[in-house]
Amino acid sequence: MSISRRKFLGWIGAAGAGSAIGSTALAGGNKHFTGYPGSYAVLHDTVLCVGCRLCEASCNKVNELPAPDKPFTDLEVLNKKRRTTAKTYTVVNKYESAGKKGPLFRKIQCNHCLEPACASACFVRAFSKTAVGAVTYDSTVCVGCRYCMVACPFEIPAYEYDEPLTPRVMKCTMCYPRITKGQLPGCVEACPKEALTYGKREDLLKIARARIRKYPDRYVDHVYGESEMGGTSWLYLSGVPFSEIGMREDLGITPAPDLTSGALAVVPMVVGLWPVLLTGIYAISKRKEKIAEQELNEAVKHAANEVKEKAEAKLAEALAKAHTEKDAAVEKAVKKALEEAAKSQAKEDS
Amino acid sequence: MSDKATTADKTLFTPFNVVAGFIIIIGTVITILRFTGGLAAVTNLSDNNPWGLWIGFDLLVGVALAAGGFVTSAAVYLFGMKKYHSAVRPAVLTGFLGYALVVFALHYDVGRPWRLPYPFIMQSGTTSLLFEVGACVALYLTVLFLEFMPAPLEWLGLKRIRELAVKLTLVLTIFGVVLSTLHQSSLGALFLIVPSKLHPLWYSPYLPVYFFISSIIAGLSMVIFESTLSHHYFVDKMDGTHLSENEGVTLGFAKAASFVLAGYFIIKIIGISFADNWYLLGTSYGIWFLVEILGFVALPSFLYAVGVRDKNLKLIKWTSLLAVLGIILNRLNVSLIAFNWHLPSSERYFPHWMEIAISVFIVTIGIVVFRFIVTRMPIFYEHPEYKDNH
Ligand code: SF4
Ligand code: SF4
Ligand code: SF4
Repeated sequence: MSISRRKFLGWIGAAGAGSAIGSTALAGGNKHFTGYPGSYAVLHDTVLCVGCRLCEASCNKVNELPAPDKPFTDLEVLNKKRRTTAKTYTVVNKYESAGKKGPLFRKIQCNHCLEPACASACFVRAFSKTAVGAVTYDSTVCVGCRYCMVACPFEIPAYEYDEPLTPRVMKCTMCYPRITKGQLPGCVEACPKEALTYGKREDLLKIARARIRKYPDRYVDHVYGESEMGGTSWLYLSGVPFSEIGMREDLGITPAPDLTSGALAVVPMVVGLWPVLLTGIYAISKRKEKIAEQELNEAVKHAANEVKEKAEAKLAEALAKAHTEKDAAVEKAVKKALEEAAKSQAKEDS
Repeated sequence: MSDKATTADKTLFTPFNVVAGFIIIIGTVITILRFTGGLAAVTNLSDNNPWGLWIGFDLLVGVALAAGGFVTSAAVYLFGMKKYHSAVRPAVLTGFLGYALVVFALHYDVGRPWRLPYPFIMQSGTTSLLFEVGACVALYLTVLFLEFMPAPLEWLGLKRIRELAVKLTLVLTIFGVVLSTLHQSSLGALFLIVPSKLHPLWYSPYLPVYFFISSIIAGLSMVIFESTLSHHYFVDKMDGTHLSENEGVTLGFAKAASFVLAGYFIIKIIGISFADNWYLLGTSYGIWFLVEILGFVALPSFLYAVGVRDKNLKLIKWTSLLAVLGIILNRLNVSLIAFNWHLPSSERYFPHWMEIAISVFIVTIGIVVFRFIVTRMPIFYEHPEYKDNH
């Protein structure tokens, strides 16, 4: 089983998403929500289930859902794998197992998670985990984005795809209106085999463990829903590995909200740090620009100066040269004059 | 398909108009079907596949490809790459149109579109990543609108308001980068909640980082790709600055894209190593994953680098198309192809032709509006009265 790998992934998720941006993720934390104390739940003992579909019929009736295509007494329906739909909150499926002779049955409906993925995913908080245990849905705020359906690991919520303007998300309510009045959920009330037991979650866990202890060869030593996805308010017992009755064993025990809390924790960091960093970068690039401009100006000035200096130097040189040339000319003239004078003197002397 | 419609009203029946008109008529018919018959009438969505093409393509791909706006304005205004200035306006315009169309497309997908503001006015689900996406997209659309404003204001000759809009540039750019960082990454983070439904090669605690980094690639590549197309069809609208800077923009962005792609490739590998998923590479999903990261991440990174070294603009332009396709592939992988991989093929999703038609319809509207705007407003050229005014 890859539970440990999933768990590991979860930790990494928390650490990774956090450390990647450099903030401490709140994910995981050290507090673990184990459900409202005294909340109610249902234990589904699949070993006792006979696939009579009375629970389906009762659910349909108490929730005033549309009549099914085939009557609930038609057990042929069980030969096809079904899931919950907008018109059916619960379905019973039939499974074959190599280890058991005769078919196995399992009832499917919303598991009423302790920390529901659907509720954590909904951006208008249309779902609430009520203190009595039921996860309820409020269609008066629902936008119909269907992210709750994407998020649910048990593939439960369904959608009224044929409603053009007022589609709702549909799922089992754990008969919230009934249980708050002290009545049993419709399905539990209808079950002739005590395959469904309604009660306080803590008590049901004890009952489930007691059954496993009493009949170790009849049950797999695991109560499904005790810790899957952080725990659910619908608990299951089985005589064969749960994967053989269509239940995923690789979901891990990380509650859905913990999967995203790391990413959410990063948000304030981005909002706080980014503007500061970006303004800094802007300032630096601006300053660079300014320095570049200054340097350019200076260079231009420098170049201009150089040109001027050079010109002056040239002028000076030219002047100097002119000077020396002039001097030389004077000297030459003087020399010549002297020579001439000397010559004429010599002539006179001779 | 040169732009005849504006220069002369000779005929309305240019090939462009005929094709666009045809698509818009079909789109309108499907729109009526959608709002009278519900999603069931026009989509293949089901209870197991609540999100289809309209989320995978219109939302995820749309937002990623519209990242050119924030990438370009950040490069020019924050990182001081003034030489790319002429690329800002086309990029901001495409960003704005892209986001507007994303929001438009959402009206088809959600059940009660008039309730889209509910998360902000009625009841906020702040634990939802979708809330973050919604809030940032709504704000960013406003930011892009304001960033885009100078162009229509110049067109209309409203100088005073334009001055005001231009003054906001810096603040808007910073705001845009913050919002983009948040929602680009949270689009990836949307899938953090489904480790049991998304194939482990695509599921990763790093999904938000992957989505953010790859959106930069998408932004850079889209700027190159679009400028190639625009050069083809709107070259007569471009001024000297735009044309002369274009080569620099292409080379500069290609170089950046090559680096970011390389970095993206590395963090993808780190992701696999961290989750120790190497053994999955031999499966059929593994091969598909390799196609994505070798063919659409490593290859474009390499080709961009070669293109920049050889100053081979043609190669760079083709590479930008490859990189854009890579982003599309990635988003579709995460949202559709590797999503629900555990379900038997009979329960998997494949889009209905009408879903595809609506996506094409929405892209067409985008192109028509883009064309309308660039043939009228100063997008590819500087308005003569406002030169050197930036
Ligand atoms: S099973 Fe699904 S729909 Fe029911 S509470 Fe859990 S997450 Fe929500
Ligand atoms: S479909 Fe409705 S209930 Fe489900 S997440 Fe969206 S707004 Fe919430
Ligand atoms: S009514 Fe009880 S025994 Fe019959 S299908 Fe439902 S859970 Fe099983």
